[in-house]
Amino acid sequence: MSTLTEAPPPLRPAATERKAPRSRGRWTPYWLLLPGILWLVVFFALPMIYQASTSVQTGSLEEGYKVTWHFATYWDALGEYWPQFLRSVFYAAAATVLCLLLGYPLAYLIAFRAGRWRNLIMILVIAPFFTSFLIRTLAWKTILADNGPVVGALNSLHLLDVTSWLGWTAGDRVLATPLAVVCGLTYNFLPFMILPLYTSLERIDGRLHEAAGDLYAKPFTTFRKVTFPLSMPGVVSGTLLTFIPATGDYVNAELLGSTDTRMIGNVIQTQFLRILDYPTAAALSFILMAAILFMVTFYIRRSGTEDLV
Amino acid sequence: MPFVNWLRRRLVVIAGLLTLGYLLLPNVIVTVFSFNKPNGRFNYAWQQFSTDAWKDPCGVAGMCGSLSLSLRIAVWATVGATVLGAMIAFALVRYRFRARGAVNSLIFLPMAMPEVVMAASLLTLFLNMGAQLGFWTILIAHIMFCLSFVVTAVKARVMSMDPRLEEAARDLYAGPVQTFVRVTLPIAAPGIAAGALLSFALSFDDFIITNFNAGSTVTFPMFVWGSAQRGTPVQINVIGTAMFLIAVLFVLASMAVGNRRNRQKA
Repeated sequence: MSTLTEAPPPLRPAATERKAPRSRGRWTPYWLLLPGILWLVVFFALPMIYQASTSVQTGSLEEGYKVTWHFATYWDALGEYWPQFLRSVFYAAAATVLCLLLGYPLAYLIAFRAGRWRNLIMILVIAPFFTSFLIRTLAWKTILADNGPVVGALNSLHLLDVTSWLGWTAGDRVLATPLAVVCGLTYNFLPFMILPLYTSLERIDGRLHEAAGDLYAKPFTTFRKVTFPLSMPGVVSGTLLTFIPATGDYVNAELLGSTDTRMIGNVIQTQFLRILDYPTAAALSFILMAAILFMVTFYIRRSGTEDLV
Repeated sequence: MPFVNWLRRRLVVIAGLLTLGYLLLPNVIVTVFSFNKPNGRFNYAWQQFSTDAWKDPCGVAGMCGSLSLSLRIAVWATVGATVLGAMIAFALVRYRFRARGAVNSLIFLPMAMPEVVMAASLLTLFLNMGAQLGFWTILIAHIMFCLSFVVTAVKARVMSMDPRLEEAARDLYAGPVQTFVRVTLPIAAPGIAAGALLSFALSFDDFIITNFNAGSTVTFPMFVWGSAQRGTPVQINVIGTAMFLIAVLFVLASMAVGNRRNRQKA
C-alpha cells in the first residue's frame, strides 16, 4: 500500500507543472474571444433577430408595435417593390461585369507589366479612398453634366441614340439615367475588384507563362488556359466584394439617378428614416439579406472555391 | 504593320492605364473644382478661378465641426476594433477551442452583408432598447463593422508567423508576457497596423450605417450628403483634396523611410 502511495510523488510535480500552463491555456482563447465576439453577437446577430421580429409586427408609431406574426407584410412589400429588387440585381450585376472587364487589365498590369512603377500605380489605386466617396461620387455630376464633354462626345458619335434606344439613357441626358447609376456603382466598387485580382495574379509563378509560351501557346491561349484559371480565387472574391455592396447601395442611385432608377436600398432608407414604416422596411431588408445569402452561397458552390471563406 | 503590332503588345498596358484614368478622374475634378467660384449654391459647373475656399476652409457653418467629430469617431473606432479584432485573430490562429466554425462565420458574415441590412437591423435594436441615437450609437456601429476587417488582416499576418520563434523565446526563459511583448507583437505589428489603417479609413468614410444610426448627429459624410441636397460649398472639395494629398504624402514618406532603412540594413 505504502509503495503505491509513495510511488507517484516523483511524477506529480512534473505532471502538475505540465498541467498548469495547459489549463491556463485552455481558457485563454475564450478570454481572447469573449469581448469581440460578444460585441458581434449583441450588435450584429441580435439586431438580425430584432429585425426579423419587427418585420412581423403591426401597429403604428403612436400606439407602438406588437408582434402579430403578420407575414402579409412580406407579400405586400414584395408585391409593391419587386421592380426595385430586380433593378438592384441588374444594376449590381452590370457594375460587377464592368468592374471585372475594367479591373482585370489594371490588376494584370500591376502584377506583371508595371516593373518599377508597381508601387506608384498601387498607391494611385488606393489613394482615392482617402477622399470621401460621397465627394467623389458628386464629381460624376460634373463629369456627366448635360453640357459637359462626355455627353457632347457621346452625342456627336450618335451613341446616345443607341443607349437611349436600349433604355440606358433618356433623351440627351446621361445624368439621372440607369447608365449614370451603373457608371457610379462601377467606379465606387472598382478598387474592391482590383485588389483581390491583383493578390491572386501576383501569386502566379511567372515561369508558367514561359512554359506555356515554350509549348507554342499564343499569348491569348496562355491567358485563357493558364493565367485566368489560376486567378479564379481573385475573380470570385472580387465579384463578391463588388456585387454585394452594390446591390444594397443607395448613394449612387440617389445622387446620380432619378425616381426611375431607385434601388432597393433607397426604398429601405426612405421607409426607415422618412416614412417610418418599420415593419415594411424590416421585411424588405430581411428579403434583401436572404436573397444575397442565397445568391452568394450558390455562386461559391458553383465556382468551386469553398475554401475561400 | 509595326504600329498594329506595337499596339497589340501593349493592349493590356493601355487598357490598364485607361482604367487607372477612370479611377483618378473624379479626384482630378474634385481638385480642380476646389479652385472654382461657383455661381449659385452648387459647385458642379466651372465658373472662374479663385482661391477663396482654400483661404477659408472652415467658412461653412458646421463643416469643420462635423469633420472633427468624424475624426474622433474614427480614432476611437480604430482603437476599439483593433484591440478586439487582434485578440480574436490571436485566439483563432494560436489556440484550439470549441465552436471555431461558429466564430469564423460570425466574423465572415458582416463582410458578406450589404451595409444597408446591418444599418437597418442595428437601428431596430437601438429603437427597441430606446437608445439615444448619436455619438455612442455611431461608435458602436463602426466598431462592429470594422472588427471583421481587423481580424482578417491580423490573422493573415499571424498565420504566416513561425511559432518556433515564440517557443525559442520561452526556451530562453522569457515569461509569457515578455514573449508576447518582445517577440509576438513586433512580428504581428504590420498586420495590426494594416487592420488599424483599414478601420480608420472605413470608419471615417462610412455613410450608410451612420446615416441610419446617427439621429441628428452630423459626421462629415453626413454633411456632404446633406449638402448634396441643399447646395455644395467649395470647401467640401478643399477637404477632399487636402485629404488625398495628405494620404499620398504619408505613403510616400513611409516608403522613403522604409527604403532608407533597407539600405542601412544592406
